[in-house]
Amino acid sequence: MGEFIYLDNAATTKTAPEAVEAMLPYFTDFYGNPSSIYSLGASARKAVAETREQIASTLGAKSSEIYFTGGGSESDNWALVATAEAYAGKGKHMITSAIEHHAILHTCQYLEQRGYEVTYIDVDENGILKLDELEAAIRPDTILISVMFANNEIGTIQPIREIGALARKHNVLFHTDAVQAYAHLPIRVDEMNIDMLSASGHKFHGPKGTGFLYIRTGVKIRSFLHGGQQERGRRAGTENVPGIIGLGRAAQLAFSHMEERSRKEEELRDYLMERIGKEIPYCRLNGDARRRLSNNVNFSFRFIEGESLLISLDRKGICASSGSACTSGSLDPSHVLLAIGLPHEIAHGSLRLTVSWENTMEEMDRTVEAVKEIVERLRNMSPLYEDFIKSEEGGKKRGKNYV
Amino acid sequence: MYSDKVMDHFENPRNVGEIENASGIGTVGNAKCGDIMRIYLDIDDDGIIRDCKFKTFGCGAAVATSSMATELVKGKSIEEAMKVTNKAVMEALDGLPPVKVHCSLLAEEAIHAALWDYAQKKGIHIEGLVQPKSDIHEEESGEEY
Repeated sequence: MGEFIYLDNAATTKTAPEAVEAMLPYFTDFYGNPSSIYSLGASARKAVAETREQIASTLGAKSSEIYFTGGGSESDNWALVATAEAYAGKGKHMITSAIEHHAILHTCQYLEQRGYEVTYIDVDENGILKLDELEAAIRPDTILISVMFANNEIGTIQPIREIGALARKHNVLFHTDAVQAYAHLPIRVDEMNIDMLSASGHKFHGPKGTGFLYIRTGVKIRSFLHGGQQERGRRAGTENVPGIIGLGRAAQLAFSHMEERSRKEEELRDYLMERIGKEIPYCRLNGDARRRLSNNVNFSFRFIEGESLLISLDRKGICASSGSACTSGSLDPSHVLLAIGLPHEIAHGSLRLTVSWENTMEEMDRTVEAVKEIVERLRNMSPLYEDFIKSEEGGKKRGKNYV
Repeated sequence: MYSDKVMDHFENPRNVGEIENASGIGTVGNAKCGDIMRIYLDIDDDGIIRDCKFKTFGCGAAVATSSMATELVKGKSIEEAMKVTNKAVMEALDGLPPVKVHCSLLAEEAIHAALWDYAQKKGIHIEGLVQPKSDIHEEESGEEY
């Protein structure tokens, strides 16, 4: 592949070369099984233990509270299913938000088919959870509140501290899917009253297929995978030693440079938001302008469809994503965009650009120019735009943004 | 995911635009589902499609199938145009991914909707033509927002 501009860091990130380098010896030199008695196994065991300690410190947690998994989706599935089983005696009701990742929503549906009840709390037009609705939904039989730390599509950061306080006040467990937030934002599990937290390595320049679930001491949780004593007997399977090492190294890099990386990303993000918002008519910024991940830009462009925008960007070497139905494999556009109140046809025309600190201003300029050109081309092909321009309304409102 | 032909018709669509005082106009699809196609036909007194233009809101496959459909009916008689099925459009594009087959159906329907409009205006009957189900009338399409 030739030169390209990668703006899909919420989908996955480039593995940091430092992480790859840290992993390599664990494939060919220290390949022993951490469960083995001899010293080759012991060196792998020690490296995993050190990484566990290091990850715990990034959250203000204890190392015995970190369970390595195969990624964010596994962590989410585990947190929900195992809590549901372990606390079924207390009740069978859970609360989550309408804009969770499918790893949460589909697991909730799975539980609903098995006799559990789930309340989905609405969000406002910027994607922020309605706290009063959350508190009102808590019942004596509520066993878990699961709300994502930050949204993967529109970047909105939830009031996690307030949600944690509410959960604590009502004596309900609180899980957060922090896949987009961990190693991007400071998180303290004690101060925020987080009982469980899911994270994924490849969202912060670690390797794919790695992640962890934080489980607070005292939370009753069942084993998810059976067959071995790994991860304190709760998640069987020989540890992905190189993966864990790579995850740890990537986290170390992210935490030691968090402020400067965030600042750089914000600069790129704000530049994109500013230019696109000003230079392309009939567009709308999705998500909260301020309570937002430093890397996330999400716009809807009226009268056009997202997939054709993505293919056109790809032809210009720009990697991006969309909430259009055509990219989700269903007829409905993104549930997140519908939840913040966008009509279907506008949700279909969305574009998500997620930057990394490694992107450059020059790339942002090239991207804005490409988006402008493509949106104009697609609008000139669009019967919706034709109708709009021909209508009286078009005559009056031309050149202004809507909503 | 798409064939070279689909990409070619997406990137360089043939016959994009409008026809003033068109003989027939058909708009099909649904903005909710993310596809709307509009076909304009210019049909002469001998019943030959002299010109055909389209406008489409939709994915890459929607644009490519519209473009190919206009190519296939241009210069044809109404009877010949009636034989341009979604299969013919797909074959001409060297195939479509299974989830995109509905785009080719929409292209066929758009042609039929434009022919239906022509037949209505002319007060004629076209053999085998029925009113397309997903036809959007002018007034309705304006109210989508």
